[in-house]
Amino acid sequence: MKRALSALLLMIVGVLAAAGAHAAELQVPKQVTAGNAFSIPTTGSGSATFYLVGPSHSAKRQVKLGSGIEVAEDEIRTSGRYIATLCSSDGCESADFFVAATNPAHLSLLVHPSRVRVATNNAMSAVAFVFDKFHNLVLQPVPVEFHITVKDTPAFSKSLNSSNGVAWLHLNSARKEGPAQVVASIQSDSEKRVVQQVASDACNLRIRAVRKGKFIAVETEPVRDCSGNSVPDGTVVTFTKVDASGKTTVDAPVKRGIAKVDMPAQGEATISVASGVAMGNEVRIGGTP
Amino acid sequence: MARIGGLLLIAITLVLVAAGWVTSGGLTRHEIRSASTPTEAVQSLLADVQAHNWDRAYARLANTGDVEQAAFTRDLNGSNGSLRTFSALESYDVWPQHSNGNEAVVRANLHWSTAVGPIDDVRDLKVEHKDGSWKVAWPVPSFPKVPPQVIPVNYLRWDIINRGAEDDWGEQNVDTPQVRIVSMNPIERPDRLIIVGEIVNEDTIPAYVNVNATLLDQSQNPLSQEGSFDKISHTLLPKQVSPYRIDFPGVKLSQVKSVRMDAKAMLVPASADPVIEVTAQRMDKDAMGKNVLRGQLINQSGQTVNIAQALAAFYDSNGKVIWVSDGYIDQALLPQTPVGFAVDLPPDVAGRVQNSHVTVNHYSIANNS
Repeated sequence: MKRALSALLLMIVGVLAAAGAHAAELQVPKQVTAGNAFSIPTTGSGSATFYLVGPSHSAKRQVKLGSGIEVAEDEIRTSGRYIATLCSSDGCESADFFVAATNPAHLSLLVHPSRVRVATNNAMSAVAFVFDKFHNLVLQPVPVEFHITVKDTPAFSKSLNSSNGVAWLHLNSARKEGPAQVVASIQSDSEKRVVQQVASDACNLRIRAVRKGKFIAVETEPVRDCSGNSVPDGTVVTFTKVDASGKTTVDAPVKRGIAKVDMPAQGEATISVASGVAMGNEVRIGGTP
Repeated sequence: MARIGGLLLIAITLVLVAAGWVTSGGLTRHEIRSASTPTEAVQSLLADVQAHNWDRAYARLANTGDVEQAAFTRDLNGSNGSLRTFSALESYDVWPQHSNGNEAVVRANLHWSTAVGPIDDVRDLKVEHKDGSWKVAWPVPSFPKVPPQVIPVNYLRWDIINRGAEDDWGEQNVDTPQVRIVSMNPIERPDRLIIVGEIVNEDTIPAYVNVNATLLDQSQNPLSQEGSFDKISHTLLPKQVSPYRIDFPGVKLSQVKSVRMDAKAMLVPASADPVIEVTAQRMDKDAMGKNVLRGQLINQSGQTVNIAQALAAFYDSNGKVIWVSDGYIDQALLPQTPVGFAVDLPPDVAGRVQNSHVTVNHYSIANNS
């Protein structure tokens, strides 16, 4: 009889303990906004240990059951999934919640490439990423305004809504060389990038040659691409001369739009020119009179 | 006793005289005078050159009246920071060409160990029988002298400012240059497989390029991987074309199913100076009977080029690159001064060559470029 009473007493304590553990259940909101403090209500009594684990933050502290657990704004600045865990003498209870980005505040703009040949379709891409003040990607659609300015051509604008934090567009390069300025902006921020539009391969490469004593002075006409843009100074032009003494080659860089070289010559000579994979004309020079 | 003392004194005197003869170079002079064959004379001379014993080497010359010792030393030891100044005579082969009793010609193949690898230098040396022994008549060296002048140089220079560590992650950096391999041809040789071709810098900025190739076997597994190393012009100005050559020793073409090419380009600061003219190019044979492309390099800049390398691409009648070879020039390229070069090519390739293109790699100590 005494044993039966003891067993009954233990069962009552167990039921009461189970009821106490149930009181420590966590009730967290499904989603909160980054940087906004909130409170997690608890029930029961006594003390417990609270754990908060997020993408870039973790915390552990003692809390009193029955009162709210305050989650400070600096604990939830990074967006993502967080796990809150409450451990008391009765066991542990966990719940997760999502911290979403707050209002758009910053913009990052990637423009590729930094140099592009003129007159090329879909040659440039501009990709804008929208962030909040804590540098969380803002996943909600945000209108992003792209503004492209190229020298001597009308400016071009396009407004796009970001999708999952990203807005992008492809651009053609202009027919004229020069910098293209790409600006992406949201209400609170804007970013600017510059793409250098450069001349393409040399086109209609032509030379003229004049004999000057023992030398032949060879000079290109202004070296331009097929759109009429001058190739950048420093572009290598290869001159090749064949005469009785053999072959002479010179890799001469373009300077102020033209490349020139003086080559020694014996008798008749044939001179040709090339730049990269573009071939130019060929001239023949007669022997010394 | 007095007689013994006198004999001892005479003996001591003779020993001292002999010691004085030896220390004053008498033994050396005897050895120098004792070259009994033209080949021996050249061998002795080169042994002294190898030991950097310039005084003794100079003493072996037949024409010391025509050749100053300083010029002789400079001829063999190099000057102006040239490749020869970073070289040592490692070994030599000597064999007679012809002899008439008083004069002979001896061919010497000098094997130099240099900062960029071994270089051979073949010289035909005239040897004369003089004062009872054979002596080398060293060719009178002529060193170019650049007259005092001002050479204006205003070629472009490219400098780079890269993205800073504190810039936003989206901050645009300068793209690497666009380069393209325009040709790639495998060539099978008895002891190796060689991949030759050309690469062009298609961009408007200079590029530092390197070409690597991976051979894949029948199962598409990597068989061997090599790079172009110094068989390429690494720094390419805009639109500049460079030949490249990659050697795979011990690999047969039949082992290879395909080749994976990889051209790497980096953005580097560069200068368009110096411009080096490659002139008087012609196919020829060297002293050893090898096919060579000869020519002259003329440095059009005002700055001395200390070490130069001629890199030649050879094309067949279809314009296909069939061979690439190179040669370092052991003289410095002084401004406006022609310096000869020669690059060799195999006889079976020489017969198919229709055209060639030579580019020049250069290194100047003054600006480490």
